[in-house]
Amino acid sequence: MRRLVLTWACAAAVAFALVPWQLQEDGFFAFEWLAQYPGDTASPGLFYALGERPWLWGVVPPILLGFATLAFERADKRFGRTLIAAGVLGLGYTLAQGFAIGIVGLKWEWLAALVGPIDTQQFGFGWGAVGVLAAFVVWISLGIAALGMFRGDAFVAGGVVISSALILAFVFFPIATMLAGAMTDEAGEIALALFFRRLFADDVWGLACFYSARPCGVMFNTVLLGLITGTVSTLMGLGFALVVVRTQFPYRRALRALTILPIITPPFVISLAIVVLFGRTGIVTSFLDAAFGIPPTRWIYGLPGVAISQLLSQIPVAFLVMIGVVEAISPSLEEASQTLGASRWQTFRTVTWPLLRPGLAAAFLLGFVESLSDFGNPLVLGGNFDVLSTKIFFAIVGAQHDPGRAAVLALLLLSLTLGAFWLQTRWLGRQSYVTVTGKGDAGLSAELPKTLRRVLYWTTIPWAVFTAVTYAIVVFGGFVRDIGRFDLEFTWRHYLDAFRVENTERGWFFSGSAWDSLATTLEVSAISAPLTAALGLLVAYLLARQRFAGSRTFEFMTMLSFAIPGTVVGVSYILAFNVPPLELTGTGLILVICFVFRNMPVGVRAGMAALAQIDKSLDEASMTLGARTGQTVQRVVMPLLRPAIVATLVFSFVHAMTAVSAVVFLTSARHNMATAYIVGRVEAGEIALAIAYSTVLIAIMALAILLIQFAVGRRELGRRGQQAAALGGH
Amino acid sequence: MAKTLKKGPASVEFRNVVKKYGTIAAVDGVSFTVEPGTLVTLLGPSGCGKTTTLRLVAGLEIATSGQILIGGADVTRLSAADRDVSMVFQSYALFPHMNVLDNVAYGPSVQGVPKAQAHEMAREKLRLVGLADYDLRLPSELSGGQQQRVAVARALTLEPQVLLFDEPLSNLDAKLRRRVREDIRDLQQSLNLTVVYVTHDQQEALAVSDRVIVMSNARIAQAGSPRDLYESPASLFVADFMGDSNIVEAEIVSVAEGSARTRLADIVLELPARGLAPGPVKIAIRPEALAVCLVKPEMPSIAGTVAKAAYLGTHMEYTVATAAGALFVVDKNVAEPKALGTGLWLGLTRVGVALVPRS
Repeated sequence: MRRLVLTWACAAAVAFALVPWQLQEDGFFAFEWLAQYPGDTASPGLFYALGERPWLWGVVPPILLGFATLAFERADKRFGRTLIAAGVLGLGYTLAQGFAIGIVGLKWEWLAALVGPIDTQQFGFGWGAVGVLAAFVVWISLGIAALGMFRGDAFVAGGVVISSALILAFVFFPIATMLAGAMTDEAGEIALALFFRRLFADDVWGLACFYSARPCGVMFNTVLLGLITGTVSTLMGLGFALVVVRTQFPYRRALRALTILPIITPPFVISLAIVVLFGRTGIVTSFLDAAFGIPPTRWIYGLPGVAISQLLSQIPVAFLVMIGVVEAISPSLEEASQTLGASRWQTFRTVTWPLLRPGLAAAFLLGFVESLSDFGNPLVLGGNFDVLSTKIFFAIVGAQHDPGRAAVLALLLLSLTLGAFWLQTRWLGRQSYVTVTGKGDAGLSAELPKTLRRVLYWTTIPWAVFTAVTYAIVVFGGFVRDIGRFDLEFTWRHYLDAFRVENTERGWFFSGSAWDSLATTLEVSAISAPLTAALGLLVAYLLARQRFAGSRTFEFMTMLSFAIPGTVVGVSYILAFNVPPLELTGTGLILVICFVFRNMPVGVRAGMAALAQIDKSLDEASMTLGARTGQTVQRVVMPLLRPAIVATLVFSFVHAMTAVSAVVFLTSARHNMATAYIVGRVEAGEIALAIAYSTVLIAIMALAILLIQFAVGRRELGRRGQQAAALGGH
Repeated sequence: MAKTLKKGPASVEFRNVVKKYGTIAAVDGVSFTVEPGTLVTLLGPSGCGKTTTLRLVAGLEIATSGQILIGGADVTRLSAADRDVSMVFQSYALFPHMNVLDNVAYGPSVQGVPKAQAHEMAREKLRLVGLADYDLRLPSELSGGQQQRVAVARALTLEPQVLLFDEPLSNLDAKLRRRVREDIRDLQQSLNLTVVYVTHDQQEALAVSDRVIVMSNARIAQAGSPRDLYESPASLFVADFMGDSNIVEAEIVSVAEGSARTRLADIVLELPARGLAPGPVKIAIRPEALAVCLVKPEMPSIAGTVAKAAYLGTHMEYTVATAAGALFVVDKNVAEPKALGTGLWLGLTRVGVALVPRS
């Protein structure tokens, strides 16, 4: 441990004395600054301290204090205490000076009154500052371990402290900044009157649509849409699940395949297909006009269109949830009911249905939250039908540009999703219908009542066909001249526009318009996927395998970011990371960070589920054989977690590629993402190009899933799959 | 990291060790010493704290208070990785993704021993447990007994000062248990190991141990040799837990030179006083300590009639109604079973009859 302290002390010293302190113009991963190093804006902290920023000397004493701890033995309490003191002082001072002195010099007037005004501009933290901060955080964790907390385990202490610090910085700090933004006016003064005016504005809560021709407020619209999507998707999902699990329907496998679609589909792609079908010049609309003389209208733009496209993507998700629920109902319960003389219908009503209820609640809340968070579909199809997520977007990028208003709306959206999240944990936490026991269950499921079966067939099968048609449109639409106007002449034009590669005299030239955004998307997704998996599984390991004070709070912190809608994340990131000291907007890094912290909870869940299957005595055996916690994780836990690693990698890669809501706020001309680019094409009316690009994305994701599974999951999985008991060490 | 040095067996000493989870004590003020080179069993019903005690020795739990010494050195605050102790887990805890050889070589290889040398150390231990040809198998391809031997070999590779067994026989079928427990005892004696062994099976404990520590409700109920525990239980709990026992009311008439004149029904017995004073007392009588006789024998005896009888192949079991209450008796004589209602005499032999101190 003393060696680690020394290593990080040296790292801090080097970071302060030699590495450029502030953010370089081209971001973290550009190295043009080498030309002017070590002077000008590329100066290390030490040079700044000697020159125009004497306050940076304040970083030096904590670093020296860190070196000084080496005078004590590890067992000495003073070792741990001094180390923590060095870390806390250093962290506090470095952050405080960063927040206090920004691009306009010293921001806090009370401080200016104390030390005199400072006009020197200070930009965001660069590698130097980040290195120093990292050393301080590591010292705090080592100090805590040295004092005997976390059973003296430096790995565990480090894992908890570092991941907490990251979550605080990239989940809580942005939300807090947004909260502050909602309460203040443009000058940065606290303005509660303005806050309440924004909060209770008529276009938020209004119910004018009930008694006049004017539209209702955005809250009403959002909740109505959420209720429709939640209810209908749950019922349809249940219908599909019953058909697949409880009937002899011949194409059950094909229905199951439906469930994969929404995972690899960028959320707004479906609304493109809807436009193609039902838009003013759409296929169905034109057909109805020609055949029955029904005049084309724009009815699809608004609630109907958004609801239909949300349902198309949400029903398969509810289907997936409900399959699990229906399969988990033990047939012997229904058999018991039948042997007691109940008819099929009575059995369904009194046994099957009550057992389904918790699953239905889960699926409903999921659909509700997804609908609230959805941004792509309302953007494409919303028309005059405003929902919170689009309203927030236009408050930021629109002509009105009002970040404070965006923050207020984002707060409303956040409280809606957090409310649903809270309801879910509270409600489902209390009920437990354990029907799958360890004992073998040889019973046969009860047949569904005949009427019910007929109803199910008549609702699910047409919907499945409709889903298939929309996807067919997506694939087909990229290859014809203009599917929106029913011009079905075959053409490569859209693909060439997007993905043209020319062989010029100066070599191959990627001249297609989509290459830039595709490259950025792949790069950002490929970088963020392993980081997400690493952080998520580390947190899962800490939660599942280590007992420490505050682990409940830690778990809550990590899961919370799951409940924050992408639009809210986007707004909060813009507000928090647009100014020093954490100045990240416009970089590719902010995209990576956004994805890592948005997708991490899935890694945590997958990891915890997998760890629950692995006998804890395996870790303990490793420890009694002399392995450190780090070695145990590397040699025993990681190899056994391989399936969870694959799942997390796939999920975070795919989600990074398909995400829209947070991304539209964070992309820049330099770092444009595929989804944001496609949204742009849609707004410009180039639907065919958008469709072609979307098809390519879907194909890439399908390929990536196969590749990741092949690369990580090859060895041994099959054998252990058959020998499930082997995971228990038997 | 002292694990690679070879040392002899070490003693294990607990000094008033307490382990609390929240407010509940799993181990409550336990003190004992395990002499080097002996096999000591922690015995007790589930939830008595025996497994927690074992995990405290291993360093998988850290004591709330008290001191733990191994080989005279204080290890109370050391983590499992820093203690020179290995453990054989109830589930064996073989790493399912490694073959047998890598499992057994795991200890030395995480300590930084070169792979070839670690494998050589592992092969030596595999020979010791008779699994030399199984080194490339996966644990899932071995039988339960073989997996257990691999687990033992793995625990032995680092030649630890203390070896711990957590219910090693519980996952084996009944026939295999006797053999494996003999193997463990042979190994312990031939390698001169200090072994701490946890079980809830009193026969197993009696068969393998030099000393047995019986635990109850997070405390030590009695510690001693197997014979002490069986023949002179220190409490009703121990008497009852260490096999079947008739607990009958009696009265100490007088005590002289450590011997108590005790009246049981209409007979008088001379029994070790065990520090008891005259007055009412309980006596524990093992069922096999009562000799079934049709005529009154020379030894002190009680008259009774057979109330229940059962044939168990190797022996008969009777319940005999007597003046001292219903007594449960085991009789080796299966050739001449006694019918219900038969009048007979139960002679009290010298062993298996003991006064039970109030606890």
